[in-house]
Amino acid sequence: MKRVVVVPNKQGMHARPAEMFVRRAQQFKSKIEIVRDDYRIEAKSIMNLLTLGAAQGTELTLEAEGGDAQEALDALAEVVEKDFLEEDAESEAPQTNTQNKN
Amino acid sequence: MKFSDFICREAIRTNLDAREKKDVIRAMATSLLEAKKINEKDYESIVEAILKREELGSTGIGRGVAVPHTKHPSIDKLIGTVAVSEEGVNFDSLDGEKVHLLFLLVSPPDRPGDHLRALENISRQLRDDTFCRFLKQSKKPEDVAQLLEEADSNKFSH
Repeated sequence: MKRVVVVPNKQGMHARPAEMFVRRAQQFKSKIEIVRDDYRIEAKSIMNLLTLGAAQGTELTLEAEGGDAQEALDALAEVVEKDFLEEDAESEAPQTNTQNKN
Repeated sequence: MKFSDFICREAIRTNLDAREKKDVIRAMATSLLEAKKINEKDYESIVEAILKREELGSTGIGRGVAVPHTKHPSIDKLIGTVAVSEEGVNFDSLDGEKVHLLFLLVSPPDRPGDHLRALENISRQLRDDTFCRFLKQSKKPEDVAQLLEEADSNKFSH
């Protein structure tokens, strides 16, 4: 199963978005991979995600294989399309009183 | 991007004494200060910003590696340094492992692309087991510098 997403946020997939993605991915049993052009990584490792160097506008194909593949793709697409943007907004907010959201 | 584009050789440290996350970050920032890559007047504010970033979520990226970092308005070109801890530092990494290898990055506020490319370079190179292990085993800053040079000339490419 596949799903194409585009990195929407100005900061791209740096360490914090990568961590958010991996935390979510680890909640699923399915094997999850990300493909950028002809480069493929296993998606449950932050280090792997950072190797993508995915800047704003980068097209990524999420691939999942397993019993909860559909749920995983839905959840992970939402992380990229929604949480990455929120993370950007938060990091660009004034530095005072930065709260740890969850 | 290559290591030589952003790692300050003079600021590389091995055999870190510091064991706590905040002390390690302070020691690495001090090495950049001593190498004159950051100004004394900005030192505290840079350290504070890096620690604040850690509160949002650990920059431990797995395999015993961490990439503490911040943006700072006093910086006009991405700068970084490397530190090796034989004992390991508790970094609250997602995989629960202690951190033995740290890349600290300070970047200008409006260059997200450079920061991403530095992370890309670090993570791609460190996926090579030999490179990662050799770096963690480095006893002298010159050893680290040499390994980074070799990585830059694709000795560990995959």
